[in-house]
Amino acid sequence: MTITLKETDAVVVGMGWTGSILARELTKAGLNVVGLERGAMRTPRDNFTIPAVRDDLKYAVRQELFQDAQLETVTMRHSPGETALPIRRLGSFLPGTDVGGAGSHWNGMTWRWLPSDHKLRSHVTERYGKDVIPPEMTIEDFPVSYDELEPFYDKFEKLCGVSGKAGNLRGTKIDGGNVFEGPRQNEYPNPPLTRSMAGEIMDTAARSLGYHPFPCPSSNASEPYTNPEGMTLGACEYCGHCERFGCEANAKASPNVCILPALLADQKFELRTYAQVKELVYDKAARKVRAVRYVDTRTGEEYEQPAGLVILGAYVFNNVLLMLTAGIGEPYDYKTGKGAVGKNYCYQVSGNSVTVFFADKEINPFMAAGAHGVLIDDFNGDNFDHGGLGFFGGAWIQGGTTNGRPIFTRPVPPGTPRWGREWKKATAQWYNHAFNIGASGCNYAHRENFLDLDPTYRDALGRPLIRMSYNFRDNDYKLAEYLGGVLGSIARAMNPTVMSNPAIKRGDYNVVPYQSTHNTGGTMSGADPKTSAVNRYLQAWDADNLFVMGASVFPQNASYNPTGVVGALAYWSAHAITTQYLKSPGPLVHA
Amino acid sequence: MVTRLKEVDAVTVGLGWTGAIMARELTKAGLNVVSLERGPDRIPGEDFILPSVRDELRYAGRLELMWDNSLDTLTFRNFPAEQALPIRRIGAFLPGEGVGGSGIHWGALHWRFLPSDFRIRSTLTERYGANAIAADMTIADWPLSFDEIEPFYDRFDKICGVSGKAGNVRGKKIEGGNIFEGPRSNEYPNAPIKSSNAGLMFGAAARSLGYHPFPAPVAIASAAYTNAENVPLGACEYCGFCNRVACETNAKASPNSTLLPTLRLEPKFELRTRCFVTKLNYDKAAKKVVSVTYTDLRNGEEYEQPAGLVLLTSYVFSNVQHLLLAGIGEPYEHATGKGVVGKNYAYQFEAGAAAFFENKELNPFWGSAGTAVCIDDFNGENFDHGGLGFFGGGYFTCNTPSAPPLAGRSVPHGTPQWGSEWKRATVKWYHHAARFNTQGSVYANRDNFMDLDPTYRDAFGRPLLRLTYNGPENEHKMSRYLLDKLEGIIKAMAPTHYEMHPRPKTFTVVPYQSTHNTGGTMMGTDPKSSVVNRYLQAWDAHNLFVEGASVFPQQHGYNPTGTVGALAYWSAQAITTQYLKNPGPLVHA
Amino acid sequence: MTEETIPRRRFLLGAGIAGTAVASGLGQTEPAAAQAQGPAAAAPAAPQPEPLLALNETEHAFVVAAVDTLIPADELSPSGSDCGIATYIDRQLASAWGGGAKMYRAGPFHKGKPEQGYQLPLTPAEFMKAGIAAANEWSRKAYGRDFDRLVADKRVEALKAMEAGKAEFGSVSARAFFGRLHAMTMEGFFSDPIYGGNRNKVSWKMLGFPGLPATYAHLIDEYRDKRYVAEPRSIEDFS
Repeated sequence: MTITLKETDAVVVGMGWTGSILARELTKAGLNVVGLERGAMRTPRDNFTIPAVRDDLKYAVRQELFQDAQLETVTMRHSPGETALPIRRLGSFLPGTDVGGAGSHWNGMTWRWLPSDHKLRSHVTERYGKDVIPPEMTIEDFPVSYDELEPFYDKFEKLCGVSGKAGNLRGTKIDGGNVFEGPRQNEYPNPPLTRSMAGEIMDTAARSLGYHPFPCPSSNASEPYTNPEGMTLGACEYCGHCERFGCEANAKASPNVCILPALLADQKFELRTYAQVKELVYDKAARKVRAVRYVDTRTGEEYEQPAGLVILGAYVFNNVLLMLTAGIGEPYDYKTGKGAVGKNYCYQVSGNSVTVFFADKEINPFMAAGAHGVLIDDFNGDNFDHGGLGFFGGAWIQGGTTNGRPIFTRPVPPGTPRWGREWKKATAQWYNHAFNIGASGCNYAHRENFLDLDPTYRDALGRPLIRMSYNFRDNDYKLAEYLGGVLGSIARAMNPTVMSNPAIKRGDYNVVPYQSTHNTGGTMSGADPKTSAVNRYLQAWDADNLFVMGASVFPQNASYNPTGVVGALAYWSAHAITTQYLKSPGPLVHA
Repeated sequence: MVTRLKEVDAVTVGLGWTGAIMARELTKAGLNVVSLERGPDRIPGEDFILPSVRDELRYAGRLELMWDNSLDTLTFRNFPAEQALPIRRIGAFLPGEGVGGSGIHWGALHWRFLPSDFRIRSTLTERYGANAIAADMTIADWPLSFDEIEPFYDRFDKICGVSGKAGNVRGKKIEGGNIFEGPRSNEYPNAPIKSSNAGLMFGAAARSLGYHPFPAPVAIASAAYTNAENVPLGACEYCGFCNRVACETNAKASPNSTLLPTLRLEPKFELRTRCFVTKLNYDKAAKKVVSVTYTDLRNGEEYEQPAGLVLLTSYVFSNVQHLLLAGIGEPYEHATGKGVVGKNYAYQFEAGAAAFFENKELNPFWGSAGTAVCIDDFNGENFDHGGLGFFGGGYFTCNTPSAPPLAGRSVPHGTPQWGSEWKRATVKWYHHAARFNTQGSVYANRDNFMDLDPTYRDAFGRPLLRLTYNGPENEHKMSRYLLDKLEGIIKAMAPTHYEMHPRPKTFTVVPYQSTHNTGGTMMGTDPKSSVVNRYLQAWDAHNLFVEGASVFPQQHGYNPTGTVGALAYWSAQAITTQYLKNPGPLVHA
Repeated sequence: MTEETIPRRRFLLGAGIAGTAVASGLGQTEPAAAQAQGPAAAAPAAPQPEPLLALNETEHAFVVAAVDTLIPADELSPSGSDCGIATYIDRQLASAWGGGAKMYRAGPFHKGKPEQGYQLPLTPAEFMKAGIAAANEWSRKAYGRDFDRLVADKRVEALKAMEAGKAEFGSVSARAFFGRLHAMTMEGFFSDPIYGGNRNKVSWKMLGFPGLPATYAHLIDEYRDKRYVAEPRSIEDFS
């Protein structure tokens, strides 16, 4: 028996980064907003305190802050001909939950896309020719340019207090910053973090090879900082317990620290935790989502919350699930290529790395921030000539340490046994003397990488699980081989005592080892309603009052960790809602 | 992809009491037997030793030896018009899992039904008239008599080393025993367990009122005992941890302590643990179960095990579920009353009391179910039901509560549940409280049954079994009467304070009551109104024998295991002396 | 099931792991066999034997023997069991994680490809117990005795066979079992001591990992390329 509640101006599904940003912008515009979060409340004061927060087993290994796969997960198959099986234990990616979502415990690498990333198909075609993009590589331009989004990148960076060094300030290139980035109007809100030893070594080697190293743009505040919402962040402690952990210093930007205190103080905002959204109530004829149905997991009661405006901030998989189960938009059919919901699922080509060992250098890996390395973008995007290479795209390459937590981080030279006396000797010998150089490769869309509804497996609410059809493709493998060569040369330039062979991504996608939680696509944004699910303002083509947030709107994934782009797009969309949609509700783009 | 294995002579689905009895009897008859058990192995000398076995939280609280509901459970509703919901955490009943099943951790009360129980419908009709039994009370005579099964009760007694005092040996009534019991061919194998102080006080009060108290009969050896399989059993240590916990001295009889030692050495016996049988494969035309399909949980692989003979020994719920899933026999349909599989579910109608004795030392921390004292004066047809308005009854029992302190602290009703006053009351009464129980029968009712749930499924995608049950009005009336009589005895004990605990109007699955689930594959003389014949052979599949309390037509006023074991030996005898010589229906209806 | 009549704890004493928590659980009548462990790796006086929460004696003996082989006693650290790793494993199996918390356990169950990850209905605790039983059964076939009764170099050989997937475990995958055993051993060696392993922070001392409070903002410049030495502190030290 569903209980129908009084209508509210807006409902936000999920209280992660995008849900928090939208809720804040909408309440500032005078709307009454209800935020529905399936998980529990989380505050730094209650949940992230010393000493408990330094528990490697609990947080990094047993994944305390992540989703519970027992209740919902994703099934995976490599290709449409196979049977997808559930990911019973999260591994490859670790979606967050609770208020703040993954934003509570990410590493904090905060990026902007390159201008060429924004206009990927056009750019590649212009530079390399009309027919160079293979038909199965279904990449598209993003319908918002870098210049249009720049002020919103800026806004999100100021919200987070990102620490970094500009490499292109209003067109002027600055050595020591990322000279390949698009032109920024402003310097970073915070100076870069203090460099680690590993970062120093990377910096020296990169320069020696003629590359352009820069400090990682990091949402770990290098200094105490007050953001435009009036929230105060502390300075990073370089504790080495960043990704998968909450931050007791309030130095790591999160929705909980950057927005929520202001949002919760606003009378117009109502937060409902333990509210698991089951489905959207969609009136197809009226092109409107009338209400959101959810279960209060404390009582088992079902509620229907009518709303004038609905914001989907439920992360990639649930965004797609909610649209598919409500029948909003046309589900993607990989055979015909028709439909857009579920289309262009992308990930990250991770795992390309090389480990370097220095008998005579103290690395102190345990003194680290989450986003702390020294990087080069010389091999990212289209920053280098791809002529004759046989692939497109590239990767950021980072040399650095993010932690020295010994359950997982204890590098040993190649050939070391995995246990026994020799293993122990090598582990103790090299623990303080090694680090990784890694590359995060872009992942361009492929016709057979997509999401749909699983026919067999269900979640705890009885809904079908999202089925992921995904594998790495030719472009990814060629990119990985190329990166292997680059990584090797950077490593050699460091003149290490020992180096591993570069690890190169080969073989099928494997859900077991962690790679990244950079899942993207499924509700892609585009200029054409026939080939995209949302328009340039992230408004659903088929439901005027539904706006979809998060990396599910990406047509493909660039090399960069998505959150910077996700945050910018959330502000961009919020701006369109508050300045255009609210004045005149209806389609914002007429295609 | 299912791998088909080589055929074996017999398969038992589950290895609890009945699986172990059947496996032992069949291997003795020369058959190759495979037992498929979904749970882990349980070896007394390895898994149940001091000190870890004395862990109340682990065994009695967290139910380590019980059914794991993360993979499957059942759904429950009180009435046919309601929606059944999954029992997400077992409570009212706690079936066991693993080798030995519930036989590892039961309380071990060990009884026989009365001769009149075996012909209850006839008896009631004879005594109270043709129309005495209400139309919705679907009780039936058993298709065998007490006298026929008595030798098998005796046999099972000697496997378990039951401790007790006979009240009727070959017709001769013996004071101090249960004078109401059917005539036994022999005294109990072991002398009774020593009674608790509370039990003795109860006995004295009962006697003063003209009743006939006796020490509770239990399958717990009171002295070292070598059983009929030549297996040595230990003597009870009165440790106080008994129910829900395993016994480290092998005094409490379990399949593991009494039968498995010999079975494990038997080359014709093969035990496969962690093998979850998901279905029986039924050839309806041939009226045979040709094989069983199971999943090996250790590698996720599926196997088909063909067998000449299939013993369904998987406990009440799973027995019924397997028959329904395989399409063996006609499912019971509540609306029409037609069909048989799932029909006549019954439970136990327990209700009790507590009494507090300021000046008596009751030493609650030692004991077991055997230290109780019972009376049977108000069981079955042991008393005249004329004019009472109900049928059935149950034995009364008095004991100190289970000793360990999580569960074993009685305080008078109205005591706060926390704070200083709670603490004082708990300390004050811990050594001075006694508990009473009436183990009432539940006569079958057309509204109490099992079928397949339309919505919920187990981890293997099979529909869960759905239980529809509420204590009928007959049982509520009976219970009020029994409690009234019990109150009389308690008063005669002159407690400082006492309180009666009647059952609420509606059955709830949350608090523990008993694991005496019965019915669903009832035995009978007529295939149109029963699932198995008197030898527990399925009418519709002559190589399928269904064991356990699922064959009961109704539940009487006693814990079922004694009868369950006896029936298994009875059924095994029919198989080894009749069926194997001439496979086919043993009864022509 | 073992035929030996020597109780397991006594045998382990004789097998030369004296001074372990297991060994010291014996009655005081048994003198502990002398065992050279090296000064740098000496554990403090062996603590009281830990009661077992999930493993039975046979399983515990297997785990002790395995972790002592994976992490043998030497100048760098005491043996795995002396570092508390067997205790760690027992407690983890008894924990919610060991009981399958946060794992999707709905069927149907299909074998799948390795890239599709773990597909069995067994909880981590059930999987470990099934694996230990299978390992001992294989050990009896291959060596004539349970794993914990093998001499040291045969234990190394046996573990290598499991690691390579060459040991035939019947239903259980030896490789997967070894993987899980190895992972838990590493966790037990390096995790915070509140979980029962890493006794006295011995692995952190071995590495030079300072543990808590992990606040290095004011040290990172000063110690760039300089060894930072601090007595490691754990969560308990701050509680």
